[in-house]
Amino acid sequence: MEIQKELNGTTLVVKIIGRLDASNAQELTKELNASFNGVKDLIFDFSGLKYVASAGLRVLLMAQKRMNKQGSMKIRHVDETVMEVLEMTGFADLMNIEK
Amino acid sequence: MEKFTVEASIENLPLVTSFVIEPLEEKGCSMKILMQMELVIEEIFVNVANYAYPTGHGMATICRDFEDTPRAIELTFIDSGIPYNPLEHEDPDINLELDEREIGGLGIFLVKKTVDEIHYEYKDSQNILTIKKLF
Repeated sequence: MEIQKELNGTTLVVKIIGRLDASNAQELTKELNASFNGVKDLIFDFSGLKYVASAGLRVLLMAQKRMNKQGSMKIRHVDETVMEVLEMTGFADLMNIEK
Repeated sequence: MEKFTVEASIENLPLVTSFVIEPLEEKGCSMKILMQMELVIEEIFVNVANYAYPTGHGMATICRDFEDTPRAIELTFIDSGIPYNPLEHEDPDINLELDEREIGGLGIFLVKKTVDEIHYEYKDSQNILTIKKLF
């Protein structure tokens, strides 16, 4: 997994490339925790994300709860396989997702 | 039937995944099923790696078997850790509002939604979880 972050004012775009699974979910948690301060709009770019497991979903849930307190969160460019997992777990209804 | 035994630790997940995914690829299994199986293996194996042996290290055995009509793969995950029936875990309520959503239980829920059959038994001091997926 590769994480690319781009901060524009109070908008943070986090692009995740590869796989988000049990082996690296913690790495993303750390990256996010180090970046949340001052962010009003968090945008995940999933165009390069090919696989997500429950460990990754937990990070998204944590991020969404945090952003609900300080702004908004959006997930963009979601791959079909990843979308299926988000739909199966009901996450698709809880989060602002653009395919 | 093929058997594969490794130490139950997350670092070994790629080995377990290859053990299952490679023969499926050889059989011309669709990309969608391959991804679903990868998810199933990860969720089950990571659970064993994280919780089966709270006081130390232990092993996990994965048995792999194929059926022809209809085409299906059967996987059995065996560990000698603390007795734990993941199927007793209540499904997360996926209709809850965000703030009420719990962090746990998602993995096994995904497994249940993805496979065609799933059974658990505790026998001879072993957790035995069997899944079957048509492909």
